[in-house]
Amino acid sequence: MKSFAYERASDPKAAAAIASRAHARFIAGGTNLLDLMKIQVETPETLVDITRLPLKEIAEADGGLSIGALVTNSDLAADERVRRDYEVLSRALLAGASGQLRNKATTGGNFLQRTRCSYFYETNARCNKREPGSGCDAMNGFNRILAILGTSDKCIASHPSDMAVAMRALDAEVETLKSDGSTRRLTLPELYRLPGDTPERDTNLEAGELITAVRLPKPLGGTHIYRKVRDRASYAFALVSVAAVIGVENGRMETIRLAFGGIGTMPWRDARVEEALIGEAPSAALFAKAADILLTEAKGHGENDFKIPLMRRVLPAVLREATGVAA
Amino acid sequence: MITLTVNGAEHKLDVDIRTTILDALRDHLGLTGSKKGCDHGQCGACTVLINGRRVNSCLTLAVMHEGDEITTIEGLGEPGNLHPMQESFLHHDGYQCGYCTPGQIVSAVGMLGEVKDGWPSHVTGDIAHGGADLSNEEISERMSGNLCRCSAYPNIVDAIRQVGTTGKGAV
Ligand SMILES: Cc1cc2nc3c(=O)[nH]c(=O)nc-3n(C[C@H](O)[C@H](O)[C@H](O)COP(=O)(O)OP(=O)(O)OC[C@H]3O[C@@H](n4cnc5c(N)ncnc54)[C@H](O)[C@@H]3O)c2cc1C
Ligand code: SF4
Ligand code: FES
Ligand code: FES
Repeated sequence: MKSFAYERASDPKAAAAIASRAHARFIAGGTNLLDLMKIQVETPETLVDITRLPLKEIAEADGGLSIGALVTNSDLAADERVRRDYEVLSRALLAGASGQLRNKATTGGNFLQRTRCSYFYETNARCNKREPGSGCDAMNGFNRILAILGTSDKCIASHPSDMAVAMRALDAEVETLKSDGSTRRLTLPELYRLPGDTPERDTNLEAGELITAVRLPKPLGGTHIYRKVRDRASYAFALVSVAAVIGVENGRMETIRLAFGGIGTMPWRDARVEEALIGEAPSAALFAKAADILLTEAKGHGENDFKIPLMRRVLPAVLREATGVAA
Repeated sequence: MITLTVNGAEHKLDVDIRTTILDALRDHLGLTGSKKGCDHGQCGACTVLINGRRVNSCLTLAVMHEGDEITTIEGLGEPGNLHPMQESFLHHDGYQCGYCTPGQIVSAVGMLGEVKDGWPSHVTGDIAHGGADLSNEEISERMSGNLCRCSAYPNIVDAIRQVGTTGKGAV
């Protein structure tokens, strides 16, 4: 690990101001940042410790919830309101990492965790995300866990978060504080960037911009499912995952929220899929069509080709479970 | 200079800013019960309790935990005065080589606290209402952050279930 200056922030404004310095990083749970610092993929010159900032509350706001950026993944998953009204979020959190990691990992940090692409971790390899312009060894290499949607010829890294997939299904927005003291709110498609020609930038956050909270709109009701397919039963990242909130009334699907993990370069959602299902009577044929729409532009890179037929089965399975339609 | 509270005692340490809790414990305080398996949050051998919650001590900096209460395997119990979980691992033979054992025991103690607080897990059926039982499936899922290369899992699960259901280590 490269050495760094350590500063403990006294309030959010001070934190944002210090972190706007060159080569500074916030540290929250540290479970992703320290991991990457140990292998010198991250080499910050200043670490701004935000763990003592008062951003640890979950409060009711505008009929929904406001979740402090420093609420741990454990506390968020166990919160009674989340379990009752946003079950898909609890489920996604509980499907991620381990008990120990969830006790440290924070809401803000989970959104901003970096890809698990093995070449990103391997400083001897070529990786445009780690070292812009160096190339992408994953393209023709070990890419089993990487993305099939939203990729570019520069980078095919998948976004690893489970939590963010449920957040995307729930239309969560992040609230931020910039180093000049101004604040803004970003939807997740505004927060995250597709790799395009600049895969080194995962998000549209500016230097020193602090996530202070996450807002969830009012509860949707319906059936909540988080289905995660992985190489072992626990403590493994998703190969593919689906976050679903489905409400059926009078035999028609009146609420449809579907977001996807493991397949996209960002937590994925596709309005066309939801449009194909909304207001329709659930049926196996319709579910197959929804999967086809989702995967229209999907592109495998060899090892990860299997994600296309896998998702073509997992999405209908989730929809069948949510609606009670038989296979 | 930082001050760490470990197993109830305060220690003033002159450590490099990069020092993790795990390295502070092992290399500066001589508390070598917490093990370094991977140093990357992937094995659980380094598990300690911080303010009562189990965490991977390899993935957190000592300087970030001034004023926090750190409990290690040595703080749970010692020969002659074992913690029920330590006794239960002995009784059930919950190990082979023993390398993962301190992490398993500390993690299990933290995990039972989480169950007592009604936290759900990935395998809990109705998370909107009920708490959790201590089925084998629940224990395995909740302990999945602790790997055992000797695969002593069946006896580890038995040891934990006994303490979880009876509060006692010895039979
Ligand atoms: C072995 C292992 C297995 C895992 N398995 C899974 C899994 O199955 N599913 C899953 O989803 N995740 C998994 N994770 C990842 C884990 O969820 C993340 O490491 C964690 O959520 C990151 O949160 P943190 O608070 O520790 O972030 P940190 O490591 O503290 O920070 C991560 C990044 O976010 C920035 N940051 C943090 N907070 C803020 C803020 N408030 N505002 C602005 N920037 C901020 C930091 O500067 C840093 O760049 C796993 C991790 C490990 C080590
Ligand atoms: S896929 Fe992205 S992260 Fe992986 S090697 Fe290529 S550029 Fe790097
Ligand atoms: S040494 Fe900390 S998890 Fe392996
Ligand atoms: S007893 Fe050997 S690793 Fe668990």
